Amino acid sequence: MCLAVPGEIVDVVEGDLRTGRVSFGGVTKQVCLAYVPEAGPGDYVLVHAGFAIAQVSEAHARETIEELSRLEGEGA
Amino acid sequence: MKYVDEYRGNDAAHALARAIARATTRSWCIMEVCGGQTHAIARFGLEELLPPEVTLLHGPGCPVCVTPAETLDDAIALAARPEVVLCTYGDMLRVPGSIGDLRTAKATGGDVRVVYSAMDALALARGLPDRQVVFLAVGFETTAPGHALAVYQARREGLSNFSLLVAHVLVPPAIAAILQDEERRVDGFLAAGHVCTIMGTAEYEPIARRYRVPIVVTGFEPVDILQGVYRCVRQLEGGRAEVENAYARVVRDGGNVRARAMVQEVFAVTERRWRGIGAIAASGLGLAPAYREFDASVRFGLPQAPRASVEIDGGCLSGLVLVGKIKPTACPAFGTRCTPDRPLGATMVSTEGACAAYYRYRRSS
Amino acid sequence: MRGVLPISAVVVSLEVHCPAPLPSDVVQLAHGGGGRAMWRLLQEIVLPAVGAGSGAHAHDAATFAVPPGARLAFTTDASVVRPLFFPGGDIGRLAVFGAVNDLAAAGARPLALSLSLILEEGLALETLRRVLASVEAAARTSGVRVVTGDTKVVDRGKGDGLYVSMAGIGVVAPGADVGPWRIRPGDALIVTGDVGRHGIAVLSVREGIAFESPVESDCAPVTGLLDALLGAGIEIHCLRDPTRGGLSAVMNELAIASEVSIVVDEAAIPVDAPVAAACELLGLDPLAMACEGRLLVVVPDADADRALAALRSLPEGARAARIGRVEGAPARVTAVTALGTRHVLDFASGEQLPRIC
Repeated sequence: MCLAVPGEIVDVVEGDLRTGRVSFGGVTKQVCLAYVPEAGPGDYVLVHAGFAIAQVSEAHARETIEELSRLEGEGA
Repeated sequence: MKYVDEYRGNDAAHALARAIARATTRSWCIMEVCGGQTHAIARFGLEELLPPEVTLLHGPGCPVCVTPAETLDDAIALAARPEVVLCTYGDMLRVPGSIGDLRTAKATGGDVRVVYSAMDALALARGLPDRQVVFLAVGFETTAPGHALAVYQARREGLSNFSLLVAHVLVPPAIAAILQDEERRVDGFLAAGHVCTIMGTAEYEPIARRYRVPIVVTGFEPVDILQGVYRCVRQLEGGRAEVENAYARVVRDGGNVRARAMVQEVFAVTERRWRGIGAIAASGLGLAPAYREFDASVRFGLPQAPRASVEIDGGCLSGLVLVGKIKPTACPAFGTRCTPDRPLGATMVSTEGACAAYYRYRRSS
Repeated sequence: MRGVLPISAVVVSLEVHCPAPLPSDVVQLAHGGGGRAMWRLLQEIVLPAVGAGSGAHAHDAATFAVPPGARLAFTTDASVVRPLFFPGGDIGRLAVFGAVNDLAAAGARPLALSLSLILEEGLALETLRRVLASVEAAARTSGVRVVTGDTKVVDRGKGDGLYVSMAGIGVVAPGADVGPWRIRPGDALIVTGDVGRHGIAVLSVREGIAFESPVESDCAPVTGLLDALLGAGIEIHCLRDPTRGGLSAVMNELAIASEVSIVVDEAAIPVDAPVAAACELLGLDPLAMACEGRLLVVVPDADADRALAALRSLPEGARAARIGRVEGAPARVTAVTALGTRHVLDFASGEQLPRIC
């Protein structure tokens, strides 16, 4: 039920209800994008039960990965 | 998959485990409140990687598990009506009501359909103008915005054949209820990351301050969970009790403003009974007065007054498991009288229930 | 018309034996009646489709010669898949390869197939034609023919369109002794390709969870893979095709049948990216999803590398991988996660997946 998966927006249809196709590792699905008005094609969004609920921040993701790399370097 | 695989890495996970071990000098109990996190902990055997002083407890983070039997009874009753199409998420199918479940309702002729999204149910309503489409709206704050939008859209389109049977629950009141218990063992919390993408982090500040517990917003992949545990242990060891965001790649402190606005428009906070726990004040969502026409319990004249608690008997200790007082493995019925094939209670029925997760990913037969 | 009696004596009863021409587009109950309508169905649609010459329906059973000294394998398989047509296949193809692959799992090459059709009144004849064409093509691909069959029609509402039951006879490769009784501690487990495609392909077209870039079923015959292993002189201990229930089901069945422990390395099991993504989206386990063109191969550890080379020499075996090993009793299957932790790997329990096979 908490199942939310990150995917890449392929295209957007603006209108009454903003929707678009999102690709998850090659599998695409129609998703409601009403809650992520700033996200567009090429952006990654977190999708839950057919709705994008947040945009994934590449910057923060990179920060986390870098932090992890630093940790891996310590006290192995 | 991008933004998934990177957080399942062996090296990163073990580096975090070592860092946690280095930081730990005393025993700590850390609780997460999301079935998805419970599942990941069981699936990847994360507790095994932690030093023995750190114990992971599981909270009532499975909305399927805490849906009261009466709600299922209402859904089953509605499904039996010839004009009704009862739409539900797949994981609600086997949750027991007082007698039977939605799967048996379907087998005996009820029109029960599994949907992936509330928008699918809405589409069904558009396509079946002569039927009444009822959507069983279950979930935490993560799912409420989608349900709200479906109702909002139904009103905009003037649909008269779409309604919700609502059993939404809210996380912070459950956390507060657990912390209010004087016998509680919980020292720190991992807050459900996806709930926080909607709600932000602000509502945890008063809880952290009042009960002096660190609350770390945490993701769902194994590396995310270990990150959350690490930050929580660091705070506990340092005597701090703050709200910290360890899932910043999707959680903004302010959450999703639009989503919250829609929830506030369509829903209102209510008391809610949690199966296995009991009533918690202001812990649920119901349809707001302006949207009552979309409330299935009103539309179909279902019982409104609180009903006597209908619980499964047979020695089910779901209630204790749900508040982290016991681990699933401590229940005498676990794995013997109670298995996913013959479940005694909701925590074994739902695939995200703690008992089901522990059983499925148990260490040995 | 029967004889006409004097009207004054009896009520005239007319029995008409010359049926009006049947509507040409759907299956009718008469098509299963054993009379002229059924004969026409067989002559015009069924028999030509499966490559039988005219008049081939003359007998109740097919007879054929068996190579002297041959050991036979015999299997039966029913296909009740919904929908009838899915990305990468259909019920006809599934039925043929299902039977052929069961034979291969016994170390046998297919010799002959029988085709039993249960048709629902109202099924479009065009659908039947498509399915039969698919049966014929699949049989041809597998180097085998349908030599006998049966057709029944059930009332509308009692049959869900079309069910296919296929039985197959095969000849066990000389010297091959393949079965759970040969599994030994120390043996290696190999899977011939990526898993979970068929289950996801079928699920993905079901109402409500349609994907837009479809995952295709891996529905295919595995006899070529069997031949490659035999040709390389591999001592095959056991073969299974992981259909409904997926890899986790067959491993559990083997562990119980042979009373051995199986340890499998999750990271080593090949899963195609779209299949993994679809499973993430739907909350499913790729190890519990059906495959219809794969084999789980159990060989002595010493033969594992040569077995892999033999399998990878074929396009359908390109992603063959060693995934685990057999240890001593007790019977259980253990998975080692990507993080090195372990857990029991059960049969997929209680998940009522819709009909996928």
